[in-house]
Amino acid sequence: MTVIADAIIVALLLLGGGFVLIGSWGLVRLPSTMERLHGPTKATTLGLGALLVASVVYFQAKLGIWTAHELLISLFLFITAPISANMIAKVHLHRVRIGAISEPESIAGPPPRASDDSDWATFEAPAHHTPASTANT
Amino acid sequence: MITVALHVAAGCVALALLLNGWRLLRGPALGDRIVALDTMVINAIALIVLIGMIGGNDTYFEAALLLAMVGFISTIAYCKFVLRGDIVE
Repeated sequence: MTVIADAIIVALLLLGGGFVLIGSWGLVRLPSTMERLHGPTKATTLGLGALLVASVVYFQAKLGIWTAHELLISLFLFITAPISANMIAKVHLHRVRIGAISEPESIAGPPPRASDDSDWATFEAPAHHTPASTANT
Repeated sequence: MITVALHVAAGCVALALLLNGWRLLRGPALGDRIVALDTMVINAIALIVLIGMIGGNDTYFEAALLLAMVGFISTIAYCKFVLRGDIVE
């Protein structure tokens, strides 16, 4: 039984450490900012998730303590990671649009235009009579 | 066997932190620096969890949870400041 637990812990630790390293390597190697956003998501979900599950199994198998804090951290990160990625992408798109930075050549190319004569919601003021509107009517 | 795996994983995370620091110092766009800081917080959480396992002490997880919250709030505040020039409007 302990051999199986040991094998599970070692496999999860190596998986987690490897994916954390891959995420940061992607952050260094990928050519453009929008692509660099993609690398660290692996470190957040699979890398840190595997390390936290390894820690749960480790404390259960070695010390007989049942800890659930790790799952709490994991849940919190899974909820917040998309929000922060969305905000960072927003910052980058706005700075490209006002000409503060020039986008280098990338495999994915520039983000597509919105259809018709409208623009992406992040560039437009909220329409009147919607809850997001800040106009003083 | 577990001790070796723990130290290998800690070495991987430390190397990842160095790579993030390189991107933080060099990153041409502001978005790159925010991504690098966000990833550094994630890797610091991973390192704290690993140190807790190496020491056999489960008190470190409070610090990891707090760091997860503070890192998220600081990323959002930084983005908000760049976007709007103000954090709480």
